[in-house]
Amino acid sequence: MAKSIVQEFTKGLWNEIPPFRLVLGLCPVLGVTTTMENGLGMGIATTFVLLCSNVLVSALRSVIPAKVRIACFIIIIATFVTVVELLMQAFAYSLFLKLGMFIPLIVVNCIVLGRAEAFAFKNNMVLSMADGLGIGIGFTLSLGALGAVREILGTGTFFGNALFGASFHPFVFMVQAPGAFVCLGLMLCFMNMVGNK
Amino acid sequence: MREMIKMVVVLTILSSLSGGLLAAVRNGTKDRIENQQLQMVKGPAIRAILEGCTNDPVADRFKLKDDATERSFFIGIFNGKHETIAFEASGKGYGGDVGLMVAVNLTNDKLVGVGVTTHSETPGLGAKAKTDPAFSKQFKGASILEPFKVTNDGGVINALSGATITSRAVCAAATEAGRIYQRLKPQISDKLKSLP
Repeated sequence: MAKSIVQEFTKGLWNEIPPFRLVLGLCPVLGVTTTMENGLGMGIATTFVLLCSNVLVSALRSVIPAKVRIACFIIIIATFVTVVELLMQAFAYSLFLKLGMFIPLIVVNCIVLGRAEAFAFKNNMVLSMADGLGIGIGFTLSLGALGAVREILGTGTFFGNALFGASFHPFVFMVQAPGAFVCLGLMLCFMNMVGNK
Repeated sequence: MREMIKMVVVLTILSSLSGGLLAAVRNGTKDRIENQQLQMVKGPAIRAILEGCTNDPVADRFKLKDDATERSFFIGIFNGKHETIAFEASGKGYGGDVGLMVAVNLTNDKLVGVGVTTHSETPGLGAKAKTDPAFSKQFKGASILEPFKVTNDGGVINALSGATITSRAVCAAATEAGRIYQRLKPQISDKLKSLP
């Protein structure tokens, strides 16, 4: 029954990596990954919220009455999301302008609520921390990878630096919404191919 | 019954703690956020609508008390005369407040230009209020003392297609700016006269 901290941490990086294995939290996955920078920024913001909410939900799990647990989770999550939003406005305003309304939308991200309900409410603080950190980093890496592929193909840049010469014709389709679906589908396909071997 | 009381108590304590934390973070970051907005959003908007002025309006700003709030005014110097000021007002849009920077000539009470600053409107529709120059151009030269309305409401401003609510918000912000201007004009004039 008792799993080690390392196991809880690493499961988020491969076995339960959110967008690809659980296919959860697709709204930001499709919405913000037009560049790698946006993807990573969104991932880090979500990781912070996930870590804080997991730790707090776990710490309060004996106090929170089961009947109103969802309401309590939402209060906790919404608080941390607003903190992230304020901090991002103060210290990374240009990123905030690009991510815009996707930051407040972390509140309704099913990964965050899902981890609170399925994991943190039933496990101790240390394990919940490992779980939140693992899932968060897995989410950040997925967003970064998807963002990198779309940015390279769609605008011909990597992390804002031009990769190809002037003769490169950007594949604009990739930075638009349909490109996000195609790209995500191909990555899911790749993950399943590797995972099933 | 006991369980019910527990639920109420837990939710109340949690909400108040959350409120306290948010108030603390907001207080700690308020000045920095204002500075960042000034540099990244309002600065470019101010420079765009005060195009051709010979000073830096962001550096030459002053604050005035308007009832309980404090408003910033940015001075634009044209032809050596400082008779143009820019300030911000807001209106309710589709996704929250739409901030509008307006520049007014104090001599003839006419708008020199307007520009949308902060907003959370739909990209591609309402967000065009910020990026479509043809829309904001309609305000240029109009008297700020008159209320602004879109053509659907009997006014003269052509709404952005598919974004009537946003267009109304911009008109409401411009009208609000007119009210602020009328309230504070004496103080603004005094302030400008006291400058070298």
